[in-house]
Amino acid sequence: MTTLIWIAAALVVIGVYLSWTAGRLDRLHSRIDAARAALDAQLLRRASVAQELATAGILDPAASMVMYQAAHAARQAEEEHREVAESELSQALRAVFAEAPQVEAVRQAPGGEESLAELTQAVRRVPMARRFHNDAVRAARALRRHRKVRWFRLAGHAPFPMAFEMDDEPPAVLADRAGH
Amino acid sequence: MRIGIVCPYSWDVPGGVQFHIRDLAEHLIRLGHEVSVLAPADDDTPLPPFVVSAGRAVPVPYNGSVARLNFGFLSAARVRRWLHDGDFDVIHIHEPTSPSLGLLTCWAAQGPIVATFHTSNPRSRAMIAAYPILQPALEKISARIAVSEYARRTLVEHLGGDAVVIPNGVDVDFFASAEPRPEWQGGTIGFIGRIDEPRKGLPVVMRALPRILAERPDTRLLVAGRGDEEEAVATLPPEMRGNVEFLGMVSDEEKARLLRSVDLYVAPNTGGESFGIILVEALSAGAPVLASDLDAFTQVLDQGAAGELFANEDADALADAALRLLADPARRAELSERGSRHVRRFDWSTVGADILAVYETVAAGAASVAADERTSLRARFGLARD
Repeated sequence: MTTLIWIAAALVVIGVYLSWTAGRLDRLHSRIDAARAALDAQLLRRASVAQELATAGILDPAASMVMYQAAHAARQAEEEHREVAESELSQALRAVFAEAPQVEAVRQAPGGEESLAELTQAVRRVPMARRFHNDAVRAARALRRHRKVRWFRLAGHAPFPMAFEMDDEPPAVLADRAGH
Repeated sequence: MRIGIVCPYSWDVPGGVQFHIRDLAEHLIRLGHEVSVLAPADDDTPLPPFVVSAGRAVPVPYNGSVARLNFGFLSAARVRRWLHDGDFDVIHIHEPTSPSLGLLTCWAAQGPIVATFHTSNPRSRAMIAAYPILQPALEKISARIAVSEYARRTLVEHLGGDAVVIPNGVDVDFFASAEPRPEWQGGTIGFIGRIDEPRKGLPVVMRALPRILAERPDTRLLVAGRGDEEEAVATLPPEMRGNVEFLGMVSDEEKARLLRSVDLYVAPNTGGESFGIILVEALSAGAPVLASDLDAFTQVLDQGAAGELFANEDADALADAALRLLADPARRAELSERGSRHVRRFDWSTVGADILAVYETVAAGAASVAADERTSLRARFGLARD
């Protein structure tokens, strides 16, 4: 009889532990969802500001076209091409704002100061949001690879989380924090 | 935004993390945010209106020194009440790996949590042992901030994952506009830090001082910080002891005036620094800085462009560099000018904007902070009793 009680007690403890682990995993998945939503918002914001600047007629026609093309592609990209399109937008931004005089020209234009502030904020926040997202992905992956999660299928049907890999290096002139 | 900040160390004891949290809270309040700071404090300590006491911290031996920590039922209950009353959009935990309030809050809360890692201590045995318990609490953190590239590297090595680097903030103009004091000017070297804490490096200066005085006998060393003054000068020949002036503990205003007055500020710290806020303050005041080449210091000084570096613990190198700088006013002016320009990135206007950007990034698309109900589920099974 005592053996049975012990077995029952052990099962209850294991059950509670597994349910707690499933809760942990669930929380990690919702953290990834929130981080991904935040990353999407920042990427969209960046593409919008870039497109706005490209169509405002402040930059020279060649730079405008390069930036418009990249921003448009980033906004319209299918999920599987998203990382490449966003990386290309980063490269385009770096190419257009390669020198300080370009930034100065934008600043002089009417409304340029605000646009530039928005762009600076966007290129600063994209890497942030991406780091937070990938950090959540790493934590979830570490837990999902664990035996207890695999054997008891605690993750259910949730897809295996993927990191968002892209080139998010901001243009050097905009990243220089000392100038502000 | 409603922001809850958790300070792990006692509010009664002055320290870098406490000052950082105080300045951050005041900066955010000035910008119109609602801020509440949960900190350990004695019940009779006068607290600023934005600080909520989490009870008295208990001194316990931890990690080789006596730390004042908060744990146990009472603290956990206060954390829960604070979370419940505050209804925060985001909470910002400092030093979440120290076994104190930060860890308790991490354990008890859910929702957008930001954490700042200040120290870059090598992984302690306690942390290795507690890792399986620590991990579920730490994985609730939505965004990690490291105070320097060096702190970020240790964090990534020990806990995995990634963090954004946001340096500690300083009110640059407060230091830049302080009035120099004439009696602290003219051939003076400044040192600020605990006298009896060897890691702050005063012994290195004392070893270098005889050579500096041999060449420039009028040099004075001004030391601000608490500790045993007689013991500090014990290694110095008696006739040189008069060249060392102890100012004791100084107020923020006096500190700023001291930094504005000295010809050279030395930071001979031998280790244990993950950021070096004092260097940033010295640069803000326009003091030429000579610092040991710790990783964290090298980074703050922009690889030596904003201040000179000497080989750590090498008193001769310190003496050489100090003599060279004291003899060369043009170089000192150049360092001061470069430092003042470089230090702008550490001003609260920049640092505060970055921290707010982190808050907004994690709070977007997430529910507000709440007490974690799962803990009470476990409590029902009798597994947790908080």
